[in-house]
Amino acid sequence: MDILNALVLLFNYVIVPSVAYGSQLALGALGVTLVYGTLRFANFAHGELMAFGAMITILCTWWLQSLGVSIAPLPTALLALGPAIAVTVAIVLITDRTIYRFYREKRSAPAIYIIASIGVMFVMNGLIRFIIGPGDRAFGDGQRYIIKARDFRDMTGLSEGLGIKTSQGITVLVTLFLVAALFWFLQKTRTGKSMRAYADNRDLALLSGINPERVVMYSWIITAVLATIAGALYGLDKSFKPFTYLQLLLPLFAAAIVGGIGKPVGAIVGGFVIAFSEVTITYPYKKFLTYLMPEGMQPSGLVQLLSTDYKFAVSFIILVIVLMVRPTGIMKGKTV
Amino acid sequence: MKKTLLATAIVAAMTTSALAGEEVKVGVILGFTGPIESLTPDMAASAELAFKEASASGQLLGGKTIKPIRKDSTCIDAAVATANAEALITAEGVAAIFGADCSGVTGAIANNVAVPNGVVMISPSATSPGLSTIKDNGFFFRTAPSDARQGQVLASVLQRRGIKDVAVTFTNNDYGKGLANSFANAFKAVGGKVSISAAHEDGKADYSAEVGALAATGSKYLAVFGYLDQGGKGIIQASIDAGAFSDFILADGMIGESLTKHFGKDLNGAIGTVPGGKTEGAQVFATMADKSGIKKDGPYVGESYDAGALLALAMQAAGSANRSGIQTNLMKIANAPGTKIGPGEIAKGLKVLASGGDVDYVGATNVEFNKVGEVLGSFKELEVKNGKFETIKIH
Repeated sequence: MDILNALVLLFNYVIVPSVAYGSQLALGALGVTLVYGTLRFANFAHGELMAFGAMITILCTWWLQSLGVSIAPLPTALLALGPAIAVTVAIVLITDRTIYRFYREKRSAPAIYIIASIGVMFVMNGLIRFIIGPGDRAFGDGQRYIIKARDFRDMTGLSEGLGIKTSQGITVLVTLFLVAALFWFLQKTRTGKSMRAYADNRDLALLSGINPERVVMYSWIITAVLATIAGALYGLDKSFKPFTYLQLLLPLFAAAIVGGIGKPVGAIVGGFVIAFSEVTITYPYKKFLTYLMPEGMQPSGLVQLLSTDYKFAVSFIILVIVLMVRPTGIMKGKTV
Repeated sequence: MKKTLLATAIVAAMTTSALAGEEVKVGVILGFTGPIESLTPDMAASAELAFKEASASGQLLGGKTIKPIRKDSTCIDAAVATANAEALITAEGVAAIFGADCSGVTGAIANNVAVPNGVVMISPSATSPGLSTIKDNGFFFRTAPSDARQGQVLASVLQRRGIKDVAVTFTNNDYGKGLANSFANAFKAVGGKVSISAAHEDGKADYSAEVGALAATGSKYLAVFGYLDQGGKGIIQASIDAGAFSDFILADGMIGESLTKHFGKDLNGAIGTVPGGKTEGAQVFATMADKSGIKKDGPYVGESYDAGALLALAMQAAGSANRSGIQTNLMKIANAPGTKIGPGEIAKGLKVLASGGDVDYVGATNVEFNKVGEVLGSFKELEVKNGKFETIKIH
């Protein structure tokens, strides 16, 4: 019984939240890595892109809710994703036409791209706050929980509860589906193959007749789709506040680099590595050990490696260690 | 000629002579510029309302009037504030100082100017717990309760309800830290146990990790000293999602309709405290303020009026506008025993004092000083019932 309790405790506070958070990070990091692979620069505006996608999703959700459209028990936001993706794709293509293409034609150095993307980040950040305001926005509806912690306790008779939110379940399922679709696209379709070829060796790809502007366009479209979905899921699962997406930038980059930048598989692995480390390192194991240890040997302290204040520091430390020990990342991506 | 002028100036500065029809100068030092410049005009007007009332009664020290001299405290610049206070005391020769407003400049003026010069200073709005322990030789008073007070009230509320073991999370700033500390000390003193006191940052999207740490302690109750539209709300959301806590204890920053509207019945049973509590005096003062064009629900206006009234009454009790006389009498006229004096009854108080009686000034905010010259204030104890905050009692 104690072992079961300990396991449920771990699931409730560590595994379920990490899996959901890891999925959100993985989707975001995939976008970062795709842009890096084909356009060769670290896109600092990616966090804001996610916020932008989430914002359009929220606006559409509100509109649908006002019309009385509902797909309960699922959140209406899922329906709103379609139009939101369309708008986000449009904004990304406009940014590329007006800003990045200029530097591409001049064959600018990556550092210049990065500065340009920081500019895009600020403009987009301002735009978002201008449209939806800086405050908290609630847009979740439908059934909030798959299992409520209290119901789980009553059902199983255990003293620990396990709560799973609908948004967590949706996040994991959607991520699985998207990742599968992306890999199918990159491995099996002609466009996907040309993208990979362009990412691996740009000159060789150009020689074999691949149209670079098309590859760039497809990368942006996929990035926008992933960013919108990741942003909306993050907002649905946690809460939507424009500034929090700026804070996501560090774990996102850490995930992409730890996994091996430019490698889609790496982004997914990196996302989960970062999410699990953030949560497992800052979780206090006192209660967990209390269940497992024999009477009298139970810890009196919290058994917490790092205070939760240092959550973001964890991704930073991992980032630094990876850059020092294995700069190409787990999946042998490009050196940064 | 020059000498006589100088002599008169000195005499006026000391304000020791008690000629009828003379003016008593009182310094009003508030942040008329700076971050709280929108609040200070009403605070100054409230204090001056009390001065006017005392002057108009004709009872004050046999018919004297109080002349307020306004100076800027800037709220944030201690150097400017102390220079201005210095000018009030040496150049204007004020009998006492009303102010200052923000805790930082108030401490600077008290330590560097008012106390060394032996001038009473009474602040209507400085709430930092640090000001309780400054070496003021009994010259510093305040009519706004210290932030530490709420921690004590909350601790006694919990003790009365038989709650013994609490996990605390606070917003990572001076307000949160101060409150968490004062609560922990007071709660320990009444036999309670704070299993963890952890900070949370505002403005994050997700607080599940923080809640995990709080829940690991095994405490049943979670005290949230944060903001209802910020991290505090996130902490409660994550607690409910994970099933970690269902019994919450909330401080003033968490009390608001938006919280109960968001969580509804999930918040049932939550206990909270918030400063205030409508007293009779507050209602009387509200109508008075309305008539004088003062924002009646503005922050610290009642406290400002009370501070002004206390100064006038202390002068009367001393029998002269003597600086040390004011100091020795301030505590006496504010506390029991004596005739109770509400807002608008300054004339009555002056009369009682003139005839040798004793007064107990109650005023707009139920003034009662403790040993170090600060009010205890009143707090409302709230409980969430059926998804709504309800007032249980007033402390």
